[in-house]
This record gives sequence, structure tokens and C-alpha cells, in this order.
Amino acid sequence: MSTLPNTVKLDARIPEGPLPEKWARRKNEMKLVAPNNKRKYEVIIVGTGLGGASAAASMAEMGYNVKSFCFQDSPRRAHSIAAQGGINAAKNYQNDGDSVHRLFYDTIKGGDFRSREANVYRLAQVSVNIIDQCVAQGVPFAREYGGLLTNRSFGGAQVSRTFYARGATGQQLLIGAYQALSRQVGKGRIQLFPRTEMIDLVLVDGHAKGVVIRDLVTGEISTHTADAVVLATGGYGNVFYLSTYARGSNATAIWRAYKRGAALANPCFTQIHPTCIPVTGDYQSKLTLMSESLRNDGRVWVPKKQKDNRPPSSIPEDERDYFLERMYPSYGNLAPRDISSRAAKRVCDEGRGVGASGLGVYLDFADVTKRIGEAGVREKYSNLFQMYNEITAEDAYKSPMRIYPAVHYTMGGLWVDYQLMSNIPGLFVVGEANFSDHGANRLGASALMQGLADGYFVLPYTIGDYLAGEKPAKRPRADAPEFTAAKADASARLDQLLAIKGKKPVSEFHRELGKILWEKCGMARNEAGLKEALALIPKLREEFWKEAAIPGTSGEFNQGLEKANRVADFIELGELLVRDALTRRESAGCHFREEFQEEGECKRNDDDFAHVAAWTYNGENAEPTRNVEPLAYENIKLATRSYK
Amino acid sequence: MNFTLKVWRQKDAKSAGRFETHEARDINPNMSFLEMLDVVNDGLSIKGESPISFDHDCREGICGTCSLVINGDPHGPTDGTTTCQLYMRSFQDGDVIVVEPWRVRAFPILRDLVTDRSAFDRIIQSGGFISVNTGQAPEANSVPVSHPQAEAAFDAAHCIGCGACAAVCKNGSPMLFVAAKVAHLNGLPQGQPERSERVMNMVRTLDAEGFGSCTHTTACEAVCPKHIPYELIVRLNREFIAASIHESLSHEPVAGGGAG
Repeated sequence: MSTLPNTVKLDARIPEGPLPEKWARRKNEMKLVAPNNKRKYEVIIVGTGLGGASAAASMAEMGYNVKSFCFQDSPRRAHSIAAQGGINAAKNYQNDGDSVHRLFYDTIKGGDFRSREANVYRLAQVSVNIIDQCVAQGVPFAREYGGLLTNRSFGGAQVSRTFYARGATGQQLLIGAYQALSRQVGKGRIQLFPRTEMIDLVLVDGHAKGVVIRDLVTGEISTHTADAVVLATGGYGNVFYLSTYARGSNATAIWRAYKRGAALANPCFTQIHPTCIPVTGDYQSKLTLMSESLRNDGRVWVPKKQKDNRPPSSIPEDERDYFLERMYPSYGNLAPRDISSRAAKRVCDEGRGVGASGLGVYLDFADVTKRIGEAGVREKYSNLFQMYNEITAEDAYKSPMRIYPAVHYTMGGLWVDYQLMSNIPGLFVVGEANFSDHGANRLGASALMQGLADGYFVLPYTIGDYLAGEKPAKRPRADAPEFTAAKADASARLDQLLAIKGKKPVSEFHRELGKILWEKCGMARNEAGLKEALALIPKLREEFWKEAAIPGTSGEFNQGLEKANRVADFIELGELLVRDALTRRESAGCHFREEFQEEGECKRNDDDFAHVAAWTYNGENAEPTRNVEPLAYENIKLATRSYK
Repeated sequence: MNFTLKVWRQKDAKSAGRFETHEARDINPNMSFLEMLDVVNDGLSIKGESPISFDHDCREGICGTCSLVINGDPHGPTDGTTTCQLYMRSFQDGDVIVVEPWRVRAFPILRDLVTDRSAFDRIIQSGGFISVNTGQAPEANSVPVSHPQAEAAFDAAHCIGCGACAAVCKNGSPMLFVAAKVAHLNGLPQGQPERSERVMNMVRTLDAEGFGSCTHTTACEAVCPKHIPYELIVRLNREFIAASIHESLSHEPVAGGGAG
């Protein structure tokens, strides 16, 4: 492997001009590819969630040849499908004072002033187009009796700007994007490769020009060339083992890109969602979210007394602590996720948690049921109550839900510039896989917005600007030496995994990694703990490569090998995550360093850390480089983030 | 709890399959069925034996990936749930549990309990969409959709494409899947322009993929994890008849993407 650069230049390429005009100005400046030339270009898009499916459909509609890869058996199953609560847009249909500027400001503030102004402003601008597009596709958003769209509220906002389709908004939006993608598959403009996994990125002359793919059914390893590569492979939250992610969600694509030179930004910004069904035992394979939308009507409380074992119905009103309403009166139960999660942790740490483990708080619907009746609650949330009942065998119409925070989303991801291109030319990253818009904490209902903004309305423009400078005739052949070498590397790694022949199941390594990260780098972090984690993870990695039990061969359908390959990457990524948390010596959003706090709230250090930390790889066992992109705020004033 | 599993094992699409017996020991009643299989698989991988392959992903009942026939029932004994939402507390200690893949001609078995359901994708590709390019959409509130219409569209669109309807059907017919998509899109004003072509194209693809025909046993409705009602198949038939007449009276070819 060639030597990799120690530092990279992180030019965000933010357009000149006043904030509201930046995107329009950039669109006018960008180079175009003529319609009759578009069909000469090949674009690879990995992942078929909201970002990947919308990008694939939009680019194919424009005339590009698209190859779309996903590890699932169908593009419709990508994990965007599990998003429940809604999607934000600055339509101001409720006449409650919303605007592009307000959505922009809420998102920047929600992210604790650690995201880029220009990106976030563009996101708020295109949010309104997303709703139009989805309605035209037939997404059945909730409506008023007059036939017009309705909204609800989400955390961190004092307006109602969230569009929703009961508790399955992600499903409906993804099916919309999947159908748009399917239409292009039917027309032959998209070639679909389900049950395939990207196991390496291929660079030619420093540009991303293809990928190495493993067919998960036959085990065959192949290479695919393209004029540009788009990663839409989602977040890396499964590094914590237990999370609300799908079991298959993995970081392999972004991690292999990182190892090929792409910068990975702010990996320590990992969102812990306050309202999930609590952990009940070691056997658990995943955690289930209860949508934030429930906090529109549910009230969060714990008993005032410690270790109060009475059933919730026998605890009188004046012995309950509605702690979010008490601590954050102006936002109440709709305080942002990081803040609500920390508050829940705090009351549980005080010994006031509920349930057998003491790690839980109540989410109570008694008041709303009195107000609108059980039938009214059912219409708004029935599928969530049903899901809760299936998992816990409890009836939340009768007694409050028990909830606790769980890993849910990663704000960190591959570094991209304003055009969504990484520091590797030709490598674009969309959706949760990039780091761009949410800073240190994402607001609820903004992930769907960002995935679709990137795929429908940003990437299709910006990728053209890159492609216009690349001649299709220059596209390398599949047997170019870079491809042959990358394929050999990827095969060798799989063989290395299969050669371990250890006695310890891969899931145990994954569980141990998750435990280290949850305890030392979860909702609260401190220097001593992070240093311990930095010592423990390399040991775990070493043990993995000696002891992991990975059965079978690489030339067959082998789910054990798939898992091992992903867990090996998670272990490496976990180490970087901790390193990032250790070096960010401030508290911001989800990243709560116990040393840096003021009355239990985050204490940012804008003098030293108002920047993006983007890490680049320097080889195995070498320390990675921490590159810095300063965040310049020209339009808003950095303020202490308060929801009190 | 302890269980004896009789599991379908098959190396690949070409090989013959057989049942294999495995023991699941010390299972917590609050484990999901798939978590129980995880435990069995960890045991197999330590012994260097081949773990049981099965499809799963979100494990919260929405992605539609998991697909096991348990004691003869697609998604197991509980009503309105997917396999991943089935908990071991639904079984008795000591039970013998038979685990099989979807058995549908148009869903070939890839390995053990994993089948290839890409025929469903091809049905959608042939017409399960509204043709609107990115950027063409009018303002969202310019077309009102009545509250009941929107709710009915959601109920149909809630289908997760798991294939249980076809798996339970003695004819291997996924008519409920097609009916749900047609009800979703044809039930909205945005879906009207392609109403007839959509039905004809999707039904033709269904036939071409080798699925069976619907004989109205309504078994599908009973196993659907999202409670998609059989009534939608009746509506699909009405749509199909109307579309057939429309097609026979029209001189335009049905397939194709417009003026292009």
C-alpha cells in the first residue's frame, strides 16, 4: 500500500455571499453535464436507504447510469424504514411562526453549534421541496379533515413542523423512494445488486473510481468501475452492540473508505435517544425505540423517593417528579434528545429509576387519555403501543411505559464538503454516513429530512459539477492494476478471518466492545474512563484475531463471515471513536465530558473546539491524524444552549 | 426453557434439503425467536459447525426481512406479528418446534431458511409506483386528500413485503401484496393517471414470476403481520376488470413510460 498523507486539506468549499443566497449561487456556478452526455457516465451508489434510494432514482431520471448496491435482500428493507416519528420541513402550514431561518437556527442550536451554517441553511431551504416530492409520490402523510397536511411537534422546536404517517413515517418515505428507484430499475437505468456488500473502495490517481463487492449469496468477489462513487451506507451506531439500529447496519463501507484516505469526522458525536424500551437481559440483540413523537403527549416522570417500588398507579401526584417539565419548563417533555437522555440518566443514578433494573423512567399517557380518550390516543400512536405490548407484554393504555436511553444515531461520519464530496475526489457521501448537518446532536425528525435532502436535491446537482470535469473515456477498466490489487487485499482479509478458527463467538466480542463503549464513552465520558477504553479496545482486537470462531468458507452464503468482517471493523472504529472523545476537551451536545460542565449542563469551549475534527488513517498501529476544519459563524451568535 | 428444533437445512438452491435436529438450552422466555436462534448459532460456531442461515434485520417488525414458517405458520403462532416479534414465552418448555423457510415456487431457497424474494421487487418495478421525477412535484397542499382516503392509503401502504401471504397460500399467491400496493396508489388522487396500467402490469408480472392464482381462501389475511385485509383483493379484482376493459378499448400500448 502506498504511503498515506499525514494531514489533509479540508476545504469546505462554502459559496460566497449572504447565507440565504449561497445555494442558489452555487447552483448557478456549477458545471453541468449535457443530457446526451449523462448517459456516458456510470455512478455507483452503495446503500438504498433514504439517501441512497433517492439519489439513485434522481440520478437515473437525469440520465446517468446507476449501479445500486445493498446488503439487504431488497432495497426496500434499508433501515430508514424503521424511522417512526416524522420529517421536519419549514412549510409553516400551522401559521405558528416557522420559517427557513427558524428551522436553520433550531438545527444549529440543537447541534450545540458544532455544524456548518451553510449546509444547515441549505437543508432548511430544500426541506419544503421534500414534502412536495413525497406527496406527489403517494406518501400517505397524516391529514386534517379538510384534506390538507397536518403536523406535530418534535423535540427542540417550539413550532409544529413535523410531517408524519402515523408511527411509520420512515417506512412510508422509504417506500416512496424505493418505488422511484424501482421505476428506474424497470426502465433499465439502474442496475440493482441486492445481497451484496462493499468491502473496499478503489482509488485511481487519487480519485474514487470503483468498489470491491462481495456477493453475499455466492461469496464471489468482484470489482465495479465508475466515474464516481456515492456512499449512502448509514451510521455506525452498532459499534455499541446494543442499539436501535438494524442488526445488519454496519460501518464497513465508511471504514474501508477511511482506510483508503477519506477523513472521518467527529466520530464521538453519537446520539443516545431518550425513549427506548429498557434493557432486560444479556441475551438481548437489539433495543427498540419508542418514537419521540410520544413526548408530544406523554409525560416523563420518576418517583420523588428513591427505590420507590410501588406500582405507578399508587404513587400520588405530589410524590412524582416530572423532571423534564421541572428542569426545562419552556420545552418541557420536548427537550432535545441529548438533554432528555442525560436527565433520565441523572434521576436513575440518584436511585429513583423504575423497573427491575432501576434503569428506567415512566412515560405516562394518563393525562392525554383523559383529554382525548383512549380512541384518540390509538389513532395517533396505535402501532407504537402495539409494539411496546409485543416486547414487554404490558399495556401502555393502562399503565405508563417504562423507557430508558439507547444508542440511536451517529452525527459523526465521513467528512464532506458543501458539495457532499469527501476529501477523496469522486467519493460522495450522503445521509447518516456523512457528518454534515447535525453537529453534536441531531433534532428529532431531521434524519429523514437530511437523507432525502441529500439524495433528491443536493447530490444530483453537486455530483454533476464533479463529473463535468471527468471524461467518461478516462474511466478505468475493471482489470486495471488498482482493481486487481484491491480485490486481492479484500480476499486476503476474508481468508485471514477464516484462518483464525478460534473458540469464542463473534457476538461475544461485539458485546464486549459495546460494553466498553457504553460504559466509558456513552452518555457521560471522562478522561480516565476514555483512557481505560483506549487500553481495552486494542486488547480486544488482538484477542479477536486469535480467538474468534468464524465457521465456513468465503465462497458460500456465510452470515458468520459477514458478521465477523463487520465486527472487526467496528473494533477498529470504536478505538477511533474513543480517541476523538478524549481529544475533544469540552462538552457539546451528546458529547458530555464530566470535567466540563456547568450545573449539570454541557460547557462548550468555543475558543478551542469550535471546529470539526476529521481523522485520517496512517496505517495499522499508527496513531491517526486529527485534522481540523474551523467552523465560522457569520450569521448567528454562538450562545449557551438553553432549553430552560 | 429448553426446546428441540427441527430445522430445514439446505446448502444452496441446487442441493436437496433435509430437517436437522438441534437443541436450544437455557432459553430465557423473554428472548425473541431470533435471539433464541442466535444462541443456537453461537453454539454451532464454537463447535466449528455451520450455523443456521436465516434472514433478519431490523428486529422490530417493520423491514419485512425475517421470514420463518414455525410449526407450519408463517411468522409463528401469534397474531399480527413478524417472526422477530415472536417471543419464547409464547411456547411451552420442552416444545418441539419445526422451523422452515417460506415455501413458494417463485421464492427459491438460497440456503437453509433464506429465500430469494426478488420477484416482489420485479412486481413493483413493473408498475408499483407513481411516475414523478424529482423536481416535478407541485406544492404539497395543492391537491387535498380526504382524511379517510389518506388513512386507507396508509393502511394498505403499511405492507412490509415479507411474503407471508404467499407462504401461507396453498397456491403460492401473493395477491394480498399486489392488492395492498394497488389499494395504496390507486386510492390516492396522485395515482389516478396510471391507475389501469399499474394494475395490468403488476398482475402480469405476478403471473410471469410463476406465482399461483388467488382462490380466495383468505388464509393470507390471517397471517399478515400488518393486518392487510382480504377485502383489498376483492377491490383489486374490480380494478383488474375495469383496467382490462380500459385496455381493450384503448389503442395505446399499456406498457412504457409515456411520451418519453
